[in-house]
Amino acid sequence: MKKYYKPSIFFLSLIPFLLILYKIIFNKLGPEPVKEITHFTGEWTLLFIIFTLSMSPLKKITKLNIWISFRRMLGLFLFFYATLHMLTYVAIDYRLDFQSISKDILTKKFIFVGFAAWILLLPLAFTSSKKAMIYLKDKWKKLHRLIYIISILGIIHFIWLVKKDLTEPLIYAAIVVILLLFRFNIKRYKN
Amino acid sequence: MKKIKYSEITPEKIYNNRRSFVKTIGFGAGSLAISSLPFLNNAIGREQDNLTSYEDITTYNNYYEFGTSKGDPYKNSQNFKTKPWEITIEGEVDKPIKLSMEEISKSFISEERIYRLRCVEGWSMVIPWMGFSLSKLLSKVNPTSKAKFVAFESVYDPEQMKGQRYPVLNWPYKEGLRIDEAMHPLTTVVTGLYNKKLPNQNGAPLRIFIPWKYGFKSAKAIVKIKLVEKMPTSSWMWASPREYGFYSNVNPNVDHPRWSQATERIIGEGIWAPRVKTLMFNGYGEEVANLYTGMNLKKYF
Repeated sequence: MKKYYKPSIFFLSLIPFLLILYKIIFNKLGPEPVKEITHFTGEWTLLFIIFTLSMSPLKKITKLNIWISFRRMLGLFLFFYATLHMLTYVAIDYRLDFQSISKDILTKKFIFVGFAAWILLLPLAFTSSKKAMIYLKDKWKKLHRLIYIISILGIIHFIWLVKKDLTEPLIYAAIVVILLLFRFNIKRYKN
Repeated sequence: MKKIKYSEITPEKIYNNRRSFVKTIGFGAGSLAISSLPFLNNAIGREQDNLTSYEDITTYNNYYEFGTSKGDPYKNSQNFKTKPWEITIEGEVDKPIKLSMEEISKSFISEERIYRLRCVEGWSMVIPWMGFSLSKLLSKVNPTSKAKFVAFESVYDPEQMKGQRYPVLNWPYKEGLRIDEAMHPLTTVVTGLYNKKLPNQNGAPLRIFIPWKYGFKSAKAIVKIKLVEKMPTSSWMWASPREYGFYSNVNPNVDHPRWSQATERIIGEGIWAPRVKTLMFNGYGEEVANLYTGMNLKKYF
């Protein structure tokens, strides 16, 4: 039974990608398709941040180690959706117009924060293999704590882009804060 | 929920053909009137502008009174009652009046006016509105010399407009223009689009449309027009004065503090269509730039 867990999560995690692919191919994205793809991939990036951050609290709560074995895969999907999100902006929306893009990154704070978050994901994605884990030993855990900063940057990115109605980004913010507090509390108890 | 019957919609292809027919046939009285007004054709530096489809115009809306998602206004406005409807024109005027929608339709003949709508969010549409110049309506009340600005107030009816049950904006929606902007012939009182009655989600029964300003300046479902001496505060200025100024002229050189205004996406053009350059005053500079001579448009954004 257990050996089916990981492949199942893998295929479940692919569903959003297949869904957006289907919508692109069959023209189901509505009047502003590029914005739709951007929002869709952005939203799933945030959701995967939440999934990834949920694994260790779930381990604590259920006292089952199995959750931790999903964490790296979920993190890689997070990177996958974040990359699609970034590429939608760079390649589809701005058609590789690097002059406009770099100007946006430097002058628009929500884009700067989003781009910074994606850059910070790179070292995590590159060191996601078992080999890297073994090689980096204790440093691996420290390095991968970057995800806490990335999650906060992701939330700020969302809050700063919203025109007026902050309900949705604040819901994400609340969930991420709770998940981060979990870590804080656990450490305090240990001390 | 009342849906728009497909049979009620003129496919935009037929509509376009009809229009090009009118154009080629030439000098009928109607087309003369149309070509004598400074319309979209004047916009420079653009390829052929196509009309946005009726479907896109009526299902992709910013109308927070009915919800903040683009699809909400269409979904939530179908049962909105626009009869009876009365508009008050008051303030610094010789003859304040109340007009019913019927009186307005009788006294003012709506003509087709094709204008580009540029949203502050960075997208645009080309819409065949039906309407007439606001100046005609205002001439009915004789504004006094103290009338320096015009304040528009939209309807407040949280029973029917569920977006108004939340304090997303400072309800009722308020907008304003300087008197010379309001009297400009391009400033339009809109009563319809695509030769049909104005759909609820587009601001029925009556809205204003100012083609050279960002879309939010064009208030919907108007119940009150007040001529005033001091610059009124609009709902968006109230919400975020740093981001939304009184003038809000379309200006590719003045960014919204959080995003660029240099380019825009044309609604309905598909995924692979490129962004296009946003034009100063949305392409209506020839007609309206003189309203702002000597003004620092970075400061008065």
